[in-house]
Amino acid sequence: MTRRIEPVTKAVSAPSTESIATVQAAEVAASRTPIWKKLLRDPQAVITVSILVIVFALGVLTPLIALHGPNESDLSMVNAPPGTPGYPLGADESGRDIFSRLLHSINTAAIAALIGTGVALVVGIIAGLIGGYFGRVTRASTEWIFSLIMTFPGLLLLIILMPVTGGDYRATMLIFGVLLAPGIYRIVRNLVLGVKNELYVDAARVSGVGTLRILGRHVLTVVRGPIIIAAAFMVGSTIAVQSGLAFLGVGSLEVPSFGAMISSGFRNLYIAPTQFLWPSLLLGLITASLVLLGNSLRDAFEGSRPKPSKVGAGQHVAERAEDTVLVGADALLAVRGLRIAYPTPSGDLNEVVKGVDLEITRGEVLGLVGESGSGKSQTAFATLGVLPNEAVVTAGSILFEGRELIGLSDAAMRPLRGKEIAYIPQEPMSNLDPSYRVGAQLVEGVRAALPVSKKEAKERVLALLERCGINEPARTFDSYPHQISGGMAQRVLIAGAVASRPKLLIADEPTTALDVTVQAEILDLLRDLQTELGMAVLIVTHNFGVVADLCDRIAVMQQGRIVESGTAAEIFRAPEHEYTKALLGAILDEAAYRTDPPVAPAPEGAIA
Amino acid sequence: MISYIAKRLGTGIVLALLVTFITFLLLSTSFQDVARTILGPSATDQTTAALMTAKGWDRPVLVQYGDWLFSALRGDFGTSVYTSLPVAPSVIQRLLVTLSIIVPALILTAVISTLLGVWAATRGGAVDRVAQGISLIGYVVPGLLLAIGLVVIFAVQLKWLPATGYTPLADDPAAWIRSITIPVIVLTIGGVANMAAQVRGRMIDELRRDYVRTLRTRGISTTSIVIRHALRNAGSPALTVMSLEFIQMFGAALIIENVFALPGYGSFAFNASLQGDIPVILGITAFGVILVTVVNLATDLVNGWLNPKARQH
Repeated sequence: MTRRIEPVTKAVSAPSTESIATVQAAEVAASRTPIWKKLLRDPQAVITVSILVIVFALGVLTPLIALHGPNESDLSMVNAPPGTPGYPLGADESGRDIFSRLLHSINTAAIAALIGTGVALVVGIIAGLIGGYFGRVTRASTEWIFSLIMTFPGLLLLIILMPVTGGDYRATMLIFGVLLAPGIYRIVRNLVLGVKNELYVDAARVSGVGTLRILGRHVLTVVRGPIIIAAAFMVGSTIAVQSGLAFLGVGSLEVPSFGAMISSGFRNLYIAPTQFLWPSLLLGLITASLVLLGNSLRDAFEGSRPKPSKVGAGQHVAERAEDTVLVGADALLAVRGLRIAYPTPSGDLNEVVKGVDLEITRGEVLGLVGESGSGKSQTAFATLGVLPNEAVVTAGSILFEGRELIGLSDAAMRPLRGKEIAYIPQEPMSNLDPSYRVGAQLVEGVRAALPVSKKEAKERVLALLERCGINEPARTFDSYPHQISGGMAQRVLIAGAVASRPKLLIADEPTTALDVTVQAEILDLLRDLQTELGMAVLIVTHNFGVVADLCDRIAVMQQGRIVESGTAAEIFRAPEHEYTKALLGAILDEAAYRTDPPVAPAPEGAIA
Repeated sequence: MISYIAKRLGTGIVLALLVTFITFLLLSTSFQDVARTILGPSATDQTTAALMTAKGWDRPVLVQYGDWLFSALRGDFGTSVYTSLPVAPSVIQRLLVTLSIIVPALILTAVISTLLGVWAATRGGAVDRVAQGISLIGYVVPGLLLAIGLVVIFAVQLKWLPATGYTPLADDPAAWIRSITIPVIVLTIGGVANMAAQVRGRMIDELRRDYVRTLRTRGISTTSIVIRHALRNAGSPALTVMSLEFIQMFGAALIIENVFALPGYGSFAFNASLQGDIPVILGITAFGVILVTVVNLATDLVNGWLNPKARQH
């Protein structure tokens, strides 16, 4: 206890195993299968593409298939029923062949889509590249113009500008393309901004590749996917808007289009109801196919998105043999043979914790040491019952005061949380709700754990904040999380954890995200609180310096297993496992011994 | 907070000026055609030029725009070229008709989307698939077809609701509700398709955040975590989508109105454009911009209340 080791490594925030598991899963999902192969395996993509190809091929072949011109009318055929020779789908109110007009309408839709989407892509991509790649001023101005475009109802503008466009659908779609451009602009700009600072672009710049070639080669390959997805949706919306405008009567009556046909069919609804049906079906088929194709493309390019699961359902526990051995039931916390797994995209379970045994007696400080991804945090989360939704506890038991925690519902765990077992997270800022004042969050926690009034809870929180080394507790109480520093936020979280005098405090890398000077203060605070409250502490860390400072006993964890455990003195004096030696070696080589007196002794004052 | 509001208001004013100016600029290229249309088949170059001079359309665009702007700021939007009626009252009257279908649709969209989105994000499994299915149907079926389909079923076949026409709220509230029912349903289905997916996505993201886990470790109830914490944080981005949804709905309403022969903004704008009634077109643009500005400002204010960080910018 006399030897104090100051960690000198700069606050490297070690990613929790959870995020590593997610990253691995994402990598497997986005494995190098070519996009077109993925799409071929997706029936939704195959069917929608086939439909679209057939429909637009019919459009191309119109001159060969169509029996009549689009505006060729035969007054003897007015409202001819479907099946009339030469008029397979009948004729409309002017005696024009509906089938031929449908075919011609496909071409109108195709041209509208080409113009609208084309303009949106050209304008959006160019502006996005400029806005993303060049400096702040350029970006601010492109940004501003595009957000202005987005705020005005496009359809109204298209109608208002009829005197200018003459209602010609091609001119209208040209303007509509500009109105669609902000969507593309956003996508391109964001991706360019992301890519721009990445190493390979820097490397390319250093190696003397010209700016334009950097943009062309590196950036465009990255933005390709999202743009193709957006384009599928844009083609759908240009066709829908063109139809809508034609339905309203914008543009020449000579141009055959779905909208014009629907409009004439709608007027004729009572006389010949099927006239309205054909163009509606075809338009519906095309837009639906495009939307569904867009969804398939999104899945293929971006992989599947996180799926929701029932909130408050408790941790998933695999079916297992009842092998609970009540060994160590007298300990405060006894973990036996704990196994935790995550499902892989292929559906198998990938074990990240492979049979962990731990024991903590009352008032004891146990250090759980290991590198990132060794399963330490997962073990801690399982004890609190807050494993991520995907995680499955495949085996083992967690006894707290002799009571089995594995398999408890969220509701059954709740009375234990805060009051019996509390938690201090790794990253202080992301663990405070950004929308609520610091004090309100702590008061809510205190009142969830203890039967106290709002006023009592507030007094308790204020006293605790002061006890945790915050100089102006009242001011911090009324601050929002973004208004306080990382070190302050960690003190706030510690106050929140000890507020209900828990019997066991689980601290997950409590100092990793903090500055070196603050780290020592936080460790001092933890030690003092532990002595004062007589609580047991499970401290999860990758840093032997922290362990040496605080712990009675140590358990070393590697790749989901405990490889060595013992008292702190034993482990430091004679580490047996190679991995422990390696970890110890790492700090003894790098660490500087602290020679200055402890920083800012925590002010005296008992907890209310 | 005051500087925040001032900044947003300033942005709105700039938007209003810019949109009306651009519209003016684009329309000015067609003034000659408009003059010819007004004069009809008998138009000659001389009479057209004379009308242009009489209307002041031969002056530099900037001068004309300045003129229009100063009158507009005093509340004078001019009179219609064809009917000689003052522009502002007729624009407002038409706008109210359109708003009377948009506002209920927007409220319904917000309520249904929040319920559906939160429900899907917190239940998962089958519930989630049902919610996603509902969204997809709304996405896949074009609003125009949905509108006509509902008219055919409820008005033509079942005769439960009027197929077309509009009764002002003040005349007969029950008839008003009947006349807006189908249009509101159509707009709501389209809106929910988009919004529910947004709320669901934001909620899933929020529920996976670190602070949610930390709140859970303090023993806070699931209801409080979902409603007070996750939903509140999801609310701010969802609200921005909501304001864009309003703009989109406004566009969709222009087409839907036509199906139901509602005397709204869409048909008014359409007729004015067809006739080249420049003062009316400008009035329509100006009120459109004012509406958008008001909606954006309201969005920003609620956002500032929801999201403490936003107040600083």
